[in-house]
Amino acid sequence: MDWILLTEQTLNGLQFGLMLFLLAAGLTLVFGIMDMINLAHGSLYMVGAYLAATLAVTTGSFVIALLGAAAGTAIFGALLEVSLLRTLYQKDHLTQVLATFALILIINEGTRMIWGPQALMLNIPDALSGPVELFAGLNYPAYRLLIIAVGVAVALGLYLLVTRTRVGMLVRAGASNREMALAMGVNVKRLFTAVFAVGAALSAVAGALLGPLLAVQVGMGESILILAFVVIVIGGIGSIRGALVGSLLVGFVDTVGRTLLPMGLRTVLPPAVASNLGPALASILIYVLMASVLFWRPQGLFPARG
Amino acid sequence: MPEPMLSLAGLVKRFGGLTATDGVSLEVRPGEIHALIGPNGAGKTTLIHQICGALAPDAGSVRFLGRDVTHLTMHERVASGLVRSFQVTNLFKRFSVLDNVALAVQAAAGSSMRFWTPVVRDRSLFDQARSVLARIGLADKAGVAAAALAHGEQRQLEVGVALATRPKLLLLDEPLAGMGLEESERIVHLISDLAGACTILLVEHDMQAVFRLAHRISVLVSGRVIASGAPDEVRQDAQVRRAYLGDELAEGRAA
Amino acid sequence: MPGVALPALALLIALPLVIQAIGQPFYTVLASRILIFALAASSLNLLIGFGGMVSFGHAAFFGTGAYTVAILMFHGVDSAWIAWPAAVIVSALAATAIGAISLHTRGVYFIMITLAFAQMIYYVFVSLKMYGGDDGLSLPGRSALGLGLDLKSDMVFYYVVLALVAMTMVLLGRLVNARFGRVLQGIRENESRAAAVGVPVYRYQLVCFAIGGAMAGLAGALAVNQSGLASPNLLYWTQSGMLMIMVILGGVGFLYGGVLGATVLLLLEEVLSDYTIHWQLGEGVVLLAIVLYAPNGLLSIIRRKAPADA
Repeated sequence: MDWILLTEQTLNGLQFGLMLFLLAAGLTLVFGIMDMINLAHGSLYMVGAYLAATLAVTTGSFVIALLGAAAGTAIFGALLEVSLLRTLYQKDHLTQVLATFALILIINEGTRMIWGPQALMLNIPDALSGPVELFAGLNYPAYRLLIIAVGVAVALGLYLLVTRTRVGMLVRAGASNREMALAMGVNVKRLFTAVFAVGAALSAVAGALLGPLLAVQVGMGESILILAFVVIVIGGIGSIRGALVGSLLVGFVDTVGRTLLPMGLRTVLPPAVASNLGPALASILIYVLMASVLFWRPQGLFPARG
Repeated sequence: MPEPMLSLAGLVKRFGGLTATDGVSLEVRPGEIHALIGPNGAGKTTLIHQICGALAPDAGSVRFLGRDVTHLTMHERVASGLVRSFQVTNLFKRFSVLDNVALAVQAAAGSSMRFWTPVVRDRSLFDQARSVLARIGLADKAGVAAAALAHGEQRQLEVGVALATRPKLLLLDEPLAGMGLEESERIVHLISDLAGACTILLVEHDMQAVFRLAHRISVLVSGRVIASGAPDEVRQDAQVRRAYLGDELAEGRAA
Repeated sequence: MPGVALPALALLIALPLVIQAIGQPFYTVLASRILIFALAASSLNLLIGFGGMVSFGHAAFFGTGAYTVAILMFHGVDSAWIAWPAAVIVSALAATAIGAISLHTRGVYFIMITLAFAQMIYYVFVSLKMYGGDDGLSLPGRSALGLGLDLKSDMVFYYVVLALVAMTMVLLGRLVNARFGRVLQGIRENESRAAAVGVPVYRYQLVCFAIGGAMAGLAGALAVNQSGLASPNLLYWTQSGMLMIMVILGGVGFLYGGVLGATVLLLLEEVLSDYTIHWQLGEGVVLLAIVLYAPNGLLSIIRRKAPADA
């Protein structure tokens, strides 16, 4: 057993999982509290990546790029919510699908119009471009460690926000029983806008951090969005804890599966087949997990609703 | 003694720590109107769900027409003639009154795995539907959307839809719920008219109606049947009086 | 809508001749494509609009039909008489399997589980390197129909597509007005009441799901003939979303909702892309406008009544 490879892949899984969590946290709250299917959530991730790439180039500072992307996308998200998305909360899921799908088209094309059709470069900051020796024999990219650190920090911050603050309590109340929260006089409009803006900021951070690793291009939102939906289904719609557990689970299966499965398959199948089948199997496994949860425990691992 | 049409034996249903149905045994005889009464929270709804197949009991059995139907699905029970109506009106809201009933007639008239012939050409189906409408007094509202009916008319249609399936046993769940005096009269007449055509298990709160209509009454309290028999017997039963605070029964006597 | 159907059909029959007269053969290709998606969207409309089953994985059956034809051709079977029915049957089987499991869920969980299954099948095709994997499998030519008809000719292909789509729509029209369609609409309108009057709900929904899958499979077979390429993208969730958009746009639950939606959307794309490279923006704006002003679809405005009254 190649422990180094296993540790490396596990850390990669942790890193991807935490970024998925940033996306899923916002999505699960919007879905759980406002009961809205927001297909354009991935677009916020993309906008964050684009903003970060531009800011990184113009200011030369990765930190400013990151914070600026988060702030800019939060504002963008808030504007979207106030102007359009708010009208969708009362509508049925089909209408929400149509509207948010239209939003994807608009935002994708808008991005192309502003930044052009080619992928953007977002570089890892020089200070973090080297490896860090974690223990003998394992060099792990410093940048990925940063992602893990940011991910853990955000997760902790969210946890504190949701469980220790008044706002967080309102959010949890809304997720577990919307009508009750309304009846208790929660200023729903402002709360929803805030939740949406925070979700947008989180997605932007994920987009900015993953930008150097994956490509910053139009369409990047759609492929990660579907994984975010898998996560919130597994975790439980409306539950942040569920989003965390689900993200880590999906992150691990996806990352570790892509490397370990081909290795395992190579023992029984010809190498060419194994290396193709492996990644696909990892993905299929994720959806099998999703379908299984939906079949046996549709409310997810941590049901938010009472 | 002829075989009872419906017999419940030792039905038990628990929800976590709550025992909603605590060993219920009951018999409904062919041709009778059998009323099931009980205070709020007695477990009537849970019992209805176990009879019609929406809930599986934890223990006990449901026998219908001599067969054990405890593990049959709802549609299998309907096929053998055991049909319910709903306490909260549960119609095909956007369908017309006629279509509401016609669908029920169709569902009872053999398989609907027919893909070619338009239903509107099936004269006999709609004739049957119209005769049901006539029976329940809604013949003149045939083309009206169910959602557009007055509450009382909706309750009539509610019974009509169940009736259209040609039940042998009709389980009426509080048909008089939310009705004013005049509307209640109409439904009471309707039910007494039906008495010949099918057996009725009537779950009701309205004691006047119960004592007018029922041949026998069973009283459900805290998930158990504490008394079962002719109306007068039940009225005198000490346990029943204790459970019911006496008022409603006194009203019944005055009726 | 019998009043409009016949004139529309006449128009569609005359269309290629008109196109040929004005010397723009590309439009015949476009018309074929629109008809194929009209069929695919109508198959989804059967599920959503008549059966009340919001499936977000319908592209799986569309893609499966396409791949069936492509794979058969890869192995030397290019007869349409074998490949097209095979596409229908394979898609129907896939739909039966997926439906059998998915129909134990409801509401948003049903939407999600159908999505999950479609993604699974997507990745299956991605993993089949022998059949092109990510890049897809191209067809050396179109299916062989015999009967003296060469599908290589876009005009001949158009008429074959028109014939199949028209026949299927006639069957669909009969189905929704027959006993089966009535029961389905009853289930869609009030599932618990349908069950309470004795309808074995699961059974009818499953049959409907399979029929919808079969229709989509046929559309897929025609689509792969039209484009010449079977790619996993045909099964991706955005493709399912696109089909859903067409149904919602045209009008959920109206017999021609899928047809109108596909026509409007694809024509819109065509017109807009002639004007600007940024046509997706215009498309998005139009769709948003529909959400705001015609949330029940175009046919709800045109016919001014709810589908259940049809």
